[in-house]
Amino acid sequence: MKALRRFGRNLAFDFKHNKALLVMILPIAVYLIIFHYLPMCGIVIAFKQYNFAQGIFGSPWCGWNNFRFFFMSGKAWQVTRNTLLYNAAFIVVQNVLEIAAAIFLSEIAGRRFKKFTQGAMFLPNFISWVVVGAIAYNLLSYDFGFVNNVLTSLGQEKWSVYTDPQYWPGIFIFLSAWKHVGYGSIVYLAAIMGISQDIYESAALDGANEWQKIRYITLPGLQSTFIILLILAIGNIFRGNFDMFYQLVGNNGLLYNATDVIDTYVFRSLLSSYEFGMSSAIGLYQSVLCLVTLVATNLLIRRISPENALY
Amino acid sequence: MTVQRVKLRPGIRKTRDRKTFEVLSYTFIVLITILCLLPFWLVVIGSFTSEAEIYQRGYSLWPQEFSLEAYNTAFKYPDKVLRAYGITVSITVLGTFLSLLFTSMCGYALQREDFRSRGFFTMFVFFTMLFGGGLVPWYLLITNYLKLKDTYWIMILTQLVNVYFVILMKNFMRTVPKALVEAAKIDGAGEFYTFFRIVLPLAKPALASIGMFTALNYWNEWRTGMLFLQDDTLFPLQYYLYRLLNSVEFLKSSTVPMTSEISSLSFPSESLKLAMTVIATGPIILLYPFLQKYFVKGITIGAVKG
Repeated sequence: MKALRRFGRNLAFDFKHNKALLVMILPIAVYLIIFHYLPMCGIVIAFKQYNFAQGIFGSPWCGWNNFRFFFMSGKAWQVTRNTLLYNAAFIVVQNVLEIAAAIFLSEIAGRRFKKFTQGAMFLPNFISWVVVGAIAYNLLSYDFGFVNNVLTSLGQEKWSVYTDPQYWPGIFIFLSAWKHVGYGSIVYLAAIMGISQDIYESAALDGANEWQKIRYITLPGLQSTFIILLILAIGNIFRGNFDMFYQLVGNNGLLYNATDVIDTYVFRSLLSSYEFGMSSAIGLYQSVLCLVTLVATNLLIRRISPENALY
Repeated sequence: MTVQRVKLRPGIRKTRDRKTFEVLSYTFIVLITILCLLPFWLVVIGSFTSEAEIYQRGYSLWPQEFSLEAYNTAFKYPDKVLRAYGITVSITVLGTFLSLLFTSMCGYALQREDFRSRGFFTMFVFFTMLFGGGLVPWYLLITNYLKLKDTYWIMILTQLVNVYFVILMKNFMRTVPKALVEAAKIDGAGEFYTFFRIVLPLAKPALASIGMFTALNYWNEWRTGMLFLQDDTLFPLQYYLYRLLNSVEFLKSSTVPMTSEISSLSFPSESLKLAMTVIATGPIILLYPFLQKYFVKGITIGAVKG
């Protein structure tokens, strides 16, 4: 109540003295109200048996039925597990590669060479997942794919990736790293550049070798960057990379067991089966999971290293 | 960016572990670079390979002979791909302009210390990052209530505000010296005059970097098209490409007129897919070397400020 009164007083002050600043905020405030806060009211759909004729507020209530249906179908466990495991694997693999790439890049002396390699590593980040989908097809197609050509010429059996789910965890981990490692390595490289040269100098004088310098200077120096990236990643650990999963697998039902994440499942139930109630229930389930993990991670970080907490 | 550690201590002879370490660094970096570039190479080569050869040998590192078959087919009736290009260029330019304008104004106001509601509005903006209503209510709002399906504006609107960039911009605006703003105020300049004439020019680095990323998001957007567009005269480039890649019928109807008789045997669908990918991606990739430094700077601004 007190906070509300203070907010009113501040707003009244700004109306009088800072009209221009309020006008500057207006476009984004209006946008967020329409496209973020209004849809939050639409969460009620999750508890309704939605039909077009009666709209969001006219449709009959159905309690927790949408959720019950989702959890009983066995899909809930499957898509949640896939989302969580894929993201966990991405976080581990990508951070290791990014840190390694940043350390190695920082050791490279040639300016041109460094700019070129860094540029090449960032290039995949530049293209859309649609194009990555085309690239994946070019590499993996059963009849013409490059990978299968190489396998055949080595006398190995071809990979039938578009009919066999077993290859997909590897493919996703590879392509996700392919697209993101360049970006992350720039972040880590910037952090390495921020470490004072004096520390390395004196370590060298004391007889530290390269590995010791990395172990005792560089890696500790990257800790806070790592923690920030980790919090952000964990906060999104229940959000699947929709673009990637959808562009690489699309509506290929043979692969769903290994490739369906929460986001693709919601998207399909919305666009192909028009299950508004259930899709919206899953969306709400996901939003709550995300919020809870983010708040929990932040609490944990505040306990162990308060200076890195997000808020 | 490029601190050269080796040159900093020329007096010290390279030790053995230093050498192994350098060899390892170069090997690792070269390997990753090849892995990053190889797929692009394969797509380009594939687009110059004849359909007959693809059926016989599959995609390879180097074709037996170069063929322009796919590009000839693609450019015989170029209207549709050109229109998709036009739409993407126009939404990218207009969208990036509006987005930067709104983002910078909001970021500036949110960090002004004499703006008393800044705490509330920052929370108001930040909260949308923590929690959302999900896809369905958003979809229904846009289709049923705002009636923005099959309109040009929906492609601008879905990408217009990126809350992360607003917060980044706010942090950057803090580095603009307050004394300048104060001085302008004393000289009688209005808020908007001060903002556009004094603050924005000083915020150029942030505008350039955030602008690049916004433009890239607009350029690469396809989901909006999939959700909200049925009218194929409005398709932006990436969604157009998605449709081409995923349906041979769409591929055919987009490249040859309905009336012309073309047998499925002579239609180079495999190489054409790759040629279309090259056509849709090529120009932006060619721009990339000139833009690289802005992206690197943008990532670093974000990283340093968290």
